[in-house]
Amino acid sequence: MIDPIEPPRRKNPLLRTRLPTSPPRPRSRTSHGFTRAAAEGRFMLQRCEACGAFAYPAREACPACLSAGLAFVDAPRRGTLLAETTARVPSDVYFRERAPWRIGLVRMDCGPTMVAHLHADCAEGAPVLMSFQLDKSGQAVAFARPEGETPNMADDRQWREMTADPKFRRVLVTNGRSVIGQEAAAALKAAGAKTVFVGVAEPWRPFAGEKLLRGQEGIEVVTLDAADEKSAADLAADIGGKVDILVNTTEHVRPGGLLDRRGTSIARDEIDQAYLGFINLAQAFGPAMRMRGADGINNSVAWINILSVYALANWPAFGAYSASQAACLSLSQCLRAELRPGGVKVMNLFTGPVDTEWFQTVPPPKVAPRAVAQAIVSGLRGGLEEMYVGDVAEEIRQRLAANPKALERELDR
Amino acid sequence: MQSKNLLELAGAISSGAVRVVDLTFTLSPDFPVIVLPPEFGQAAPVRIQEISRYDGRGPAWYWNNVTFGEHTGTHFDAPIHWFTGKDLPNNAVDTMPPKDMIAPACVIDCSAEAAKDPDFVLTVPLVEAWEAKHGRIPERHWVLLRTDWSKKGWRDYSNLRDDGAHTPGPNPAVMKWLVEERRIIGFGTETIGTDAGQAGHFEPPYPAHHFLHGAGRYGLQCLCNLDQLPATGAVIVASPLKIQNGSGSPLRVIALVSAS
Ligand SMILES: [Zn+2]
Repeated sequence: MIDPIEPPRRKNPLLRTRLPTSPPRPRSRTSHGFTRAAAEGRFMLQRCEACGAFAYPAREACPACLSAGLAFVDAPRRGTLLAETTARVPSDVYFRERAPWRIGLVRMDCGPTMVAHLHADCAEGAPVLMSFQLDKSGQAVAFARPEGETPNMADDRQWREMTADPKFRRVLVTNGRSVIGQEAAAALKAAGAKTVFVGVAEPWRPFAGEKLLRGQEGIEVVTLDAADEKSAADLAADIGGKVDILVNTTEHVRPGGLLDRRGTSIARDEIDQAYLGFINLAQAFGPAMRMRGADGINNSVAWINILSVYALANWPAFGAYSASQAACLSLSQCLRAELRPGGVKVMNLFTGPVDTEWFQTVPPPKVAPRAVAQAIVSGLRGGLEEMYVGDVAEEIRQRLAANPKALERELDR
Repeated sequence: MQSKNLLELAGAISSGAVRVVDLTFTLSPDFPVIVLPPEFGQAAPVRIQEISRYDGRGPAWYWNNVTFGEHTGTHFDAPIHWFTGKDLPNNAVDTMPPKDMIAPACVIDCSAEAAKDPDFVLTVPLVEAWEAKHGRIPERHWVLLRTDWSKKGWRDYSNLRDDGAHTPGPNPAVMKWLVEERRIIGFGTETIGTDAGQAGHFEPPYPAHHFLHGAGRYGLQCLCNLDQLPATGAVIVASPLKIQNGSGSPLRVIALVSAS
């Protein structure tokens, strides 16, 4: 049983902030099958297409029958902890700073034996549930947890290294004018965030939900127009050193593609809000977040983007908007690489049409803003990189994987 | 006019005998802009993007790229801005006569009325009462409506409610009358437009725009410091940027005021 983590004390200004270090990074190309699984919160192992045996670690041929047909498939998570050991003076800087560090040998019910990082409540001989998690270098590692819930389970020291739990952390939700922003702020606060800063652009402009937002304990409304370079920089000057999680809830949806729009002013707004806003936020808040990746209990851990799933495949009815989202998706990959040395995760949350006024005429199913907020929290708690919220997003993903050309034709309706 | 007089004017400005009052808000990204329903085309907000600031991007110099809509900040409306003025000659900021950029002003102080009622409208009887005190409004003068609106915080300044903006302005009759009977050169306000916040519901809608621009006259809005101007005798210098076929532009508006 583990003790709950304590709310962090104020920093001692005489001490140097601990700089982030990274666990070992190299992986084989095949092993990135686990990276994909970890990014999406799935547990996948290679399985032989000939004999059905599961294999681990990543291999080029089946250890049982030498067949080369080894595909990554979702696998049963259950196993038994055979043995454990505690590394007290590891040679790696990252682990040395975090020693003692427990690892163990887990015999999976589906066959293979895996070396895994251990939750403190895992006991030898007892059943465990295995997952792949992204560590501070962004690579997949196997992590074993007790099969059932244990007290303060999420507060485990080693688990918290793999995740971005909002508990005790300070969050910036960049756009509180939207329902998603307001729901996200409330959900993050309820998930234990110490403070949720909520950006509001053009504060002279009233908006729905404003009174409720301004009245909530632990939610602090700040002026932020992400598309304005100076506004983003000014806010970062105030709170940049205490943003542990940034939730980019920029939302600027306009219908239309190319031929039925005149000129570029609507597209310019889309780029201004979504793309340049992203850049402004990254330049204003990114450097401090990267620097604070190992700064105690409330270190900086994650940056979340809410993107349209049509970033992956253009939906001509909202064609220019789709393009702006594709641009943001590309930026997110750049940001992920640049924040990686700080161990800060970049999580993309893809949604289909959200139940807001800009998708009013779009038939259901539509994503409820509250579902997006809940996904943010669960994604942070799970330490994910990619999430698909709602049926439409999930379906687009699957259809894209199956046949991109078919999806292109199908979206042209 | 003899050049001696112009030199006297320059001397008076230099000595302070003629005060120069800045009627302009700082052009900044956070200044409110006109709000239209979101399905309409929108004025681009003011954006200021640093090119360099004595740094690696340009070691010895500081400069910005600036973008904005023609109708942002303290700005000028040319006749081409409104459909009523679309076919007039020289109706854009680049073709308007430069001499129209300098003209005297009558300042009508309605700050007390506007303080009581955000939907206050200027009417013909109110202007006639002003004329009874200060004399008839001469031709080719600006009429500036002082409401002290520029002194408000920006939320109260734009004063948006769920039925639109509530800010003072002229009613249709007074605009028609000022344009036709007093032949003013233009109309200026402290608020976000030359028209009242609710002027979309007037008949015709947006009467300041409708009558001013239909007659080739001009508009000025988002003015400040009107409380520093006398009721008569100030001279307004308002020269918009020479934007090709431009419908208006942010500009620096100054007033020359005799200090005595
Ligand atoms: Zn096999």
